[in-house]
Order: sequence, then structure tokens, then C-alpha cells
Amino acid sequence: MKNVPISYPTFFIILPLLIILNSALTAQPEVTPIDSAAALIPRNITAKDFKYDRGETIELNWKPADRVNQEMLDGYEVYRAEESSDSFVSIGFTGPDVTRFKDNGVVSEKRYRYRVAAIVGDVPYLSEATPPASPTMELVNFNLANLFIIGCLIAGAVTYFIGHARRGKKLFIRKIAGLEAIDEAIGRATEMGRPILFVPGINDMDDVQTIAGITLLGRVAKVVADYDIKINMPVSRSIVMTTARETIKEAYMGAGRPDAYNDDMVRYITDEQFGYVAAVDGIMVREKPATCFYLGAFYAESLILAETGNSIGAIQIAGTAQPAQLPFFVAACDYTLIGEELFAASAYLSNEPKQLGSLKGQDVGKLLAMVVIIVGVVAATISQSWNIAFFTRLYDLMIKLFTVQN
Amino acid sequence: MNGSRWTMIVLIAVVTLFLVSWAIKSFPSSGDTISWPSIRHAFFVTLAAFVTLAIFSFLYKDNPYYKFAEHLFVGVSAAYWMCVGFWSTFVGNLIPRISPGLSKFFGVPYKEFTFYYFVPLILGILLLMRLSSKAGWLSRWALAFIVGTTAGLNLIRYLRSDFISQVSNTFVPLLVQWKGTGAFFSDFSLASGGQFTLMLTNWVIFIGTFCGLIYFFFSKEHKGVFGAASRVGIWVLMITFGASFGYTVMGRVSLLVGRLTFLFDDWLGLMN
Repeated sequence: MKNVPISYPTFFIILPLLIILNSALTAQPEVTPIDSAAALIPRNITAKDFKYDRGETIELNWKPADRVNQEMLDGYEVYRAEESSDSFVSIGFTGPDVTRFKDNGVVSEKRYRYRVAAIVGDVPYLSEATPPASPTMELVNFNLANLFIIGCLIAGAVTYFIGHARRGKKLFIRKIAGLEAIDEAIGRATEMGRPILFVPGINDMDDVQTIAGITLLGRVAKVVADYDIKINMPVSRSIVMTTARETIKEAYMGAGRPDAYNDDMVRYITDEQFGYVAAVDGIMVREKPATCFYLGAFYAESLILAETGNSIGAIQIAGTAQPAQLPFFVAACDYTLIGEELFAASAYLSNEPKQLGSLKGQDVGKLLAMVVIIVGVVAATISQSWNIAFFTRLYDLMIKLFTVQN
Repeated sequence: MNGSRWTMIVLIAVVTLFLVSWAIKSFPSSGDTISWPSIRHAFFVTLAAFVTLAIFSFLYKDNPYYKFAEHLFVGVSAAYWMCVGFWSTFVGNLIPRISPGLSKFFGVPYKEFTFYYFVPLILGILLLMRLSSKAGWLSRWALAFIVGTTAGLNLIRYLRSDFISQVSNTFVPLLVQWKGTGAFFSDFSLASGGQFTLMLTNWVIFIGTFCGLIYFFFSKEHKGVFGAASRVGIWVLMITFGASFGYTVMGRVSLLVGRLTFLFDDWLGLMN
């Protein structure tokens, strides 16, 4: 059969029919009529600098559409323009229930205006522009006032007790078993004629535990210098190596034996955790130190080190503030300095007024914590069980005082 | 037979085993022809397996194979971290912010000039002054900066997380859903989430924290009531350590399983 081209009149009849059919098939569901466009437009829009940041955020708030109209909303679109410009650019979208937006894409001290549009389908119901707002950096974060007050209380106590100790007043510190054993352990190494191994953990000098370990090293090195024993200190961080060398050198100079100091007492191994552990284990079994100190920050290597030390019969003193590693040290070492004891150790051993005063000041902090905990627990209990207004207010106050906002 | 002969025999046996294992692993299991990638892959899998066994041999005693694995690990990792330090910190971070010429030389994109990046540069140079016998004392400035900054920054961090948050989390009611002693005993249940369990949890938190604090209080001799509370504190710590010990050991066993899986599956292919 021969193909017959469609005649022009037929074509002009079919084409509109096809267009109508297509429109009918692709038509959007009918939008529920809106009570009033004005009722959809977000109201009372405020743009303000977000407080206590570095001047990098402006916070927007607005009142939502009427409840009836809110159900039709797809959300809100936020537009921004610089003060001198009228070209508003979309910077974000929020859900229909959210009436707050934080603009983090602003430059400090520049002034911006905002418009918020309620979106229904593709139609934006745009608000008026807000007055200009600019993000500024605040020098003082008053959200952290409670932190400042507590810090001042503890620092004040530390200062007071340092002065107290400097005036020659005696400050009592209870005995700490692990620290009493340090001299004993070094004495044992002297008697046996074997070296001492000092491991300062695997963290760098930006960890207070490493600093505490190095402070204790000063004391250990002084006794080592006095007794003329060999000290071996493998480290996993270059800055720890430098600091440890300085500390030991100073201890030897203090003991009047600078000639006996040798840089090789402190050796860098590797930054790699288990490479370091493999090397320290090797040193242990080959040199068989009489005493092993593990003072600093430790992770998975704690048990490997302590078990190897145990297997060579060394007396072991460990100290760390890593809660997950303390069990291993407690199980495998002769003495363990638990958490705070590690930090108290240098003050305890040195008997220096400055350090003792600092330790006493920290005790004031603990005393403060104990009192506050009792007050908070009593207030929470009475408030929840008997609903007495005074205790409810007290509980709320305690929570407010001991909650840190960002 | 003397020791050195034994050592030689064991060494020959180990080398032979290594070569045999490498050769067997080099043949693809699917019957494909042998290729360089499969030979290379087989070499590294066999080497990894032998180094793993060498590390395990420390469980028996220190030996030359452990020493080999140890020195290999230390050497490779030390060199690796030196390269990482140089290329990520020095070249990747510092150079693009201080010199366009050096950025071009090292092939890294130049970023904005930032003057305060000279502070770590100067501190780094000061640390290197240790190499000079005359100017070595200058390195102490850098160390003092590191230690002082660490102490200052951590004071705020610990005060916030370890002091304030810990204290506020201890404000727990000791009586939960309390409707009197009679109701408590009549509705007594050990169910999880029940009144008794919630109260017990809160009591443990309160007493544990309070007595723990007493244990770490250094200004008073631990005698009498104070001593008893301190002993409760150390008991709480020890029970916690015991639980933590068991939990961590389970984690370590899973690491061992991982290594054994490598040996039996990836190397020996016995698990398929």
C-alpha cells in the first residue's frame, strides 16, 4: 500500500487536539485556592548578628503563615543582598515548620539585607527586605561566664595556696603509694646494675599526660644521675625527644654530673604506634631493664608493654589518665598512678611550694565539685519527688550554672 | 649440633618455604596464565604472612625473625612518617601560604599569603637550633611555647568536659517516680527501666562519683569515714576497670581473628 501524506487541513485539526490531550495528561493537580496571598508572606522578619561568634553568621527569624495556609506551604526560601544592591540571591531553603535560618556565608562587618519567600508550588510569596544587618565578632563570649567564674575560683585557690606555701606554711599531701615506690624502683636498678626504661607514651607534647610524664622524668633522671645508672628512653615523637633530652640534661647538670649526660639516652624510634611498640618490646627483652616506667598517654600498646615488662621480671610503675588503658596497667604493673595521681606526682615528689600550692588549689576544685554535687542531687530528688518550688528553682539554677553553651 | 648450624638450617627452611609459598600463590586459581601482577600480588601476600608469623614468634622468645620484622616495621614507618610530615605539613600546609616561588617549585597550588604562618616556621627553625652547640638554647623557646600553649588550651577543654559536664551529669534524683515507701515495695520489680533499676543506677552514679572524688582528694589523710569513702571510691574504680578490661580483651580477640583470617584465607586459602 502506498503511503499517503496527511493533508494540511487534517494536520491542522489533529495538532490542536494533540496539544489539548498533552495538556490534559501533564496538567498539575489543581492548587487549593489560597485565602489571601498576604496571609502567606512571612511576617516580622528580623536579621540579627549571631551572638558570640567570630562574626561569620547572621540569624534570621520570622513569623509563620497562618495555620490554615501553612498546610499548603512547601517551605521558605531565603534571599540575601548586600546593602547597596537590589539583586537578591537565594541562599537557602527551610522546611514549612522552620522559621529560623542561620546564614554562615557572610563576611564580617559587611551589611546585608534579606527577604524570605513562602513557597507554594513554584510560586514564591516574597516578603519585604529587612533592614541591613552585619555580622560582628564579639571579644567576650558571655555564654561561657560560668566557665570563667569556676576557672577563676580554682585559679584563685591555686594562687592563694602557692602564696601560702611560699610563706613557709606547711601543706599536707597524703601518701601516694606509686610515688613512694619510685625511689625504691630506681634503687633496685642500682643494686642489679641494670638500666631503667622510661616510656612517655605515644602522644606529643600537646597532651597534658605527656607533660606530666616528662615532669616526672625530671625527678627520675635526677635520682638516676645521682646513682649513676643507665636510663633508656625510646620515644615516638620528635618534640618529646627534644624535651626529654633537655629535661635529662638539666637533671644531670643539677646533680653536678653534666659530663655523664649523653644524647643517646633518649632515642626516637618511629611515630607509628605498633612499630614503636615492637621496638620497645625488643629493647626490653634484649637489655632487660630492672625498672620500667610508663608515664604518659597510652592506647592499645599498654598491655603489650606491661606484659613484656612483666615477663622480664622488671619492677613496673605506670601512670596514665586514659580510662581504657588503666585496667591493663593495674593488672600487669606493680604500681599504677591512676589519672589525677599522675598529675599530682610531680608536686608530691618535688615538694616545691609552687607545685604543692597548685595541687592544693586543685583539691579546692574537687571540694567545690563535691559540695555542688550534693546540692544538685538533693535539689533534683526533692524537686522530682515532692515538687517543692524552691528546690525546683534551685535545680534549674544548678543546671544553668553547670551547663556550657557554645 | 651447635646453635649457628641450627640457625642456618631454620633460615634455609624459612627461605625455602617462602619461595614455595610464593610460587604456589603466583598461579591463579581460575586456571588463567601466570602474569606479573599475580606474581607481584603473591609476593606481597606471602611477605605479609611471613612477617605476621615473625611477629607472632615473639610469643616464644626474642629471635632473629622477630628482629627482622621489628626493624623492617620501624624503618619503613619512620621513613613514611617523615615523608608525611614533610609533604603534608611543610609542603602541603606551610609553603602555599608563604611563598609563590616555592609553591611552584614543589608543584602545589599557591594560596593566600598568611603572615602568621611564619610563627610555626620560626618556631620550627628555633627547634632545629638544637643542632648548633652555641644557639641550642633557642630551642627551649619553641618548647616553652608548645608546653605553655598546651597547658592553657587544655585547661579550658578539661574544665568544660571533665569538670562542668561531669558535675551536671551527676545531678540525678535519688528517688525516681516516688509515691511513698509502701508503693515502692508493693510495685518492686527488677525490670530494666523499672523504678528500682533507675534508682539503683542513679545511686551508683552519685556514690561512685562522690567517693571517686574523695579518693583523688590529696589534702586529707584517708582515715575514718573519709578513708572508708575513699575505699568505696577505689572499689568503684576497680570494678569499672574490670568491666573495661573484659570489654577491651574482646576487642583484641577480634583483632587476632582478623590476623588469623588473613593467614588462613588470604594466604593459605583454607577458608573457602
